[in-house]
Amino acid sequence: MLTLNINGKDQELDVPADMPLLWVLRDVAHLTGTKFGCGMAQCGACTVHVDGAPLRSCITPATAVAHGQKILTIEGLSADGSHPVQQAWAELDVVQCGYCQSGQIMSAAALLAKIPKPTDSDIDQALSGNICRCGTYPRIRAAVKRAAEIG
Amino acid sequence: MNRINPVSRRSFLKGSAVLGGGLVVAFVIPGANRFALGAENQGNVFAPNAFLRIGNDNSITVLLGHSEMGQGIWTGLTMLIAEELDADWSKIRVEHAPASAADYGLPGFGGMQITGGSTSTWMEFDRYRQAGAAARLMLIEAAAKRFDVAPSQIRTESGVVIAGDKRATYGELADDAAKLPVPDPASIKFKDAKDWKVIGKPTKRLDTPEKITGQAKFGMDVQFDGLMTAMVARPPVFGGSVKSFEGAEALAVPGVHKVVQVPTGVAVIADHYWAAKLGRDALKVEWDLGPNAGLDSQQLLESFRKLAATPGTSASKAGDATATLGKSVKTIEAEYSVPYLAHAPMEPLNCTVKISKDKCEIWTGTQFQTLDQMIAGKITGLKPEQVEIHTQFLGGGFGRRANPTSDFVSEAVYVAKAAGGPVKTVWAREDDIRGGYYRSAFLHQARIGLGADGMPMAWKHVLVGQSILTGTSFAATMVKDGVDKTSVEGVADSPYLVGLANHQVELHSPQTGISVLWLRSVGHTHTAFVMESLIDELADAAGKDPVEYRRALLKAHPRHLGVLNLAVEKANWKAPLPDGHALGVAVHESFGSYVAQVAEVSQDNLAIRVHRVVCAVDCGIAVNPQGIAAQMESGITFGLGFTLHSKLTFKNGQVEQSNYHDYQVLRLNEMPVVEVHIVPSSDKPGGIGEVGVPPVAPAVANAVFALTGQRLRELPLQLSGV
Repeated sequence: MLTLNINGKDQELDVPADMPLLWVLRDVAHLTGTKFGCGMAQCGACTVHVDGAPLRSCITPATAVAHGQKILTIEGLSADGSHPVQQAWAELDVVQCGYCQSGQIMSAAALLAKIPKPTDSDIDQALSGNICRCGTYPRIRAAVKRAAEIG
Repeated sequence: MNRINPVSRRSFLKGSAVLGGGLVVAFVIPGANRFALGAENQGNVFAPNAFLRIGNDNSITVLLGHSEMGQGIWTGLTMLIAEELDADWSKIRVEHAPASAADYGLPGFGGMQITGGSTSTWMEFDRYRQAGAAARLMLIEAAAKRFDVAPSQIRTESGVVIAGDKRATYGELADDAAKLPVPDPASIKFKDAKDWKVIGKPTKRLDTPEKITGQAKFGMDVQFDGLMTAMVARPPVFGGSVKSFEGAEALAVPGVHKVVQVPTGVAVIADHYWAAKLGRDALKVEWDLGPNAGLDSQQLLESFRKLAATPGTSASKAGDATATLGKSVKTIEAEYSVPYLAHAPMEPLNCTVKISKDKCEIWTGTQFQTLDQMIAGKITGLKPEQVEIHTQFLGGGFGRRANPTSDFVSEAVYVAKAAGGPVKTVWAREDDIRGGYYRSAFLHQARIGLGADGMPMAWKHVLVGQSILTGTSFAATMVKDGVDKTSVEGVADSPYLVGLANHQVELHSPQTGISVLWLRSVGHTHTAFVMESLIDELADAAGKDPVEYRRALLKAHPRHLGVLNLAVEKANWKAPLPDGHALGVAVHESFGSYVAQVAEVSQDNLAIRVHRVVCAVDCGIAVNPQGIAAQMESGITFGLGFTLHSKLTFKNGQVEQSNYHDYQVLRLNEMPVVEVHIVPSSDKPGGIGEVGVPPVAPAVANAVFALTGQRLRELPLQLSGV
């Protein structure tokens, strides 16, 4: 049994020792907002926050974050989609297929928590690990800047 | 996919050896006039047709027969209904409809329910407007009776019926309206375009709230009690098969329940993905590699080259190109090539199947419901209509989720059948990259003769590449005299060739054992690159400006000219650029729409940097300009991925790439600024989902030539270190 603090709540979960956090979240805790895209930290679809920092859950064993670390998923980012990043995403009509967007939003939220007014180069660094095949990149860039304004 | 119009259903079935059974197909607005049980608190629901439900609570539910995969029809098709219904936009919600060819089949696809070929908006332009208009007429009729006034005295506005000082909401009238006869669609008069309030207005997506909160359900997210997860070990080589397997170690993995052989390989069925993956890792399979174990990209290209030197099948011919070439003042010869490509949508393929005695339920993101129903019916021994498909959001499609063999759906049905319980079959990213259905490699060779004026007078062109449609159910209508239209689209019908008195296009369609499929913009993914690069080569040979040269060639093609002129004007074609920057241009028609792009590039050692792409599009009536802009951005990004990076290679029969680290696509730090300009038009709508893709590769290649003098004739573009 592992105890994970997910979105502010401790949860006792019965999972295999080597199970990546991604699959614990999705298949055991039934939080499917965090996505499987590549399984090797190449695409960023599985991005969550651990103690505020972005982390690729697909290659992180759940045991590594079972020591009281605070895990935040897209479901816990805001109660109602009102996080500044989500507001900006809605305002600029960012999404297309939407599959990568949980990861994009989590990466963007972590960036803004660290750097409230990011430059283009900050955005490149923080978000180039998140692939979007639909090509929402121009709107993502604009929305990160807009979210910085909303604050 | 290409525009397939019209494919009769009869010819579809005739060409489909694996298919059978009959479906009743209706082409007019189906599912008329009935009450339906409302969800949650809607109360009774007015269901005037299969596309629309109006609840007593004023809720409006649009049931989409098409699949939302990012292209924006969730919003765009809904706008068509809302326009004629005079709906209150804030009350609208959208759902994927249950799969039903009878209700949602497309006449242009032989009555099949399918999303592809950039057809949704133009094929549904009338039917969705009719669905809204019919409901509105019934609501007016109901109000006329209630208020005792003539229907002509009644108007509608934002979900309310108004007769003088009397008002009733659509919800209040829903019960009465449901009792009235449905008007004949032929009698419905559409609004005048000048009265449109919704069509043409930039409109935000309706699926945003669920997609920014993690609540949107993709196929991958389907979960219910008792659902297991399977992964399939597939042959490492196309055409391979299972010789034998040893499942004991896989079964020893905690959570693994079954190891079973299915037609595509060996399935490991487990409690969850992780157990299925570990189980598959532990599985021992001995493969019969079959006839393709020696497949090698370099040899394949050589074999294409040899074929190109032999006479091919004629795809287009006028006059005598060979004789005229002999008289030309200057001859340009060039060879172009493009590699195999995977679609690599962000959501790996998956399909959930639950089989019971009298039905087979499927939850997946599919572009091709009707075929899935037929094939799942065949496998389970059920009728197609006993196959219920719950279409989920698609985490990208790009053509991969519309397959004439229903590959990932049929496999999942076999797995569920073998499992004896509900199973979600999930592909790893590596499975998708290595075992997929690819855009074929293509080789083009061209010999073009110029006259004394520098303009082309003869053009010989040969293409070598695999046919997508030969051997599929689409062959009857899309393969003519041995020529798969999707192989030569963009060359055989090129505006540069159709008016040229002496030209010849020949095609070779070799079989290689590799499975191929349409990838976003299909043949245009390579033909636009080749044709628009060639035109640039000709302009250079003639010593003319690439834009002026195109203008001269496209005199009889006003829509090509329109977008070309708009793009170069907005890009300031003649204006000075920063040092080390250059522009390139391309213009291409596909799927009934016209797109020109100007790319601005620079060079960073051997890396090509694309700074800006200015895009002009003429897609006829622009239903949702916001969605169109997004699709141009999308197509440009997708096209830049294979312009700069993506490439699949084969060695010893195996695909050498496996995941996004070695099958690279565009990332945010490489994304240029994109500007989109839409040509105002009242022409009938064209396609949008694919048409932004074709021009970007040649626009970039032409800019690279302008910058460096290197004419790159191979994708992905690679500068050499001279």
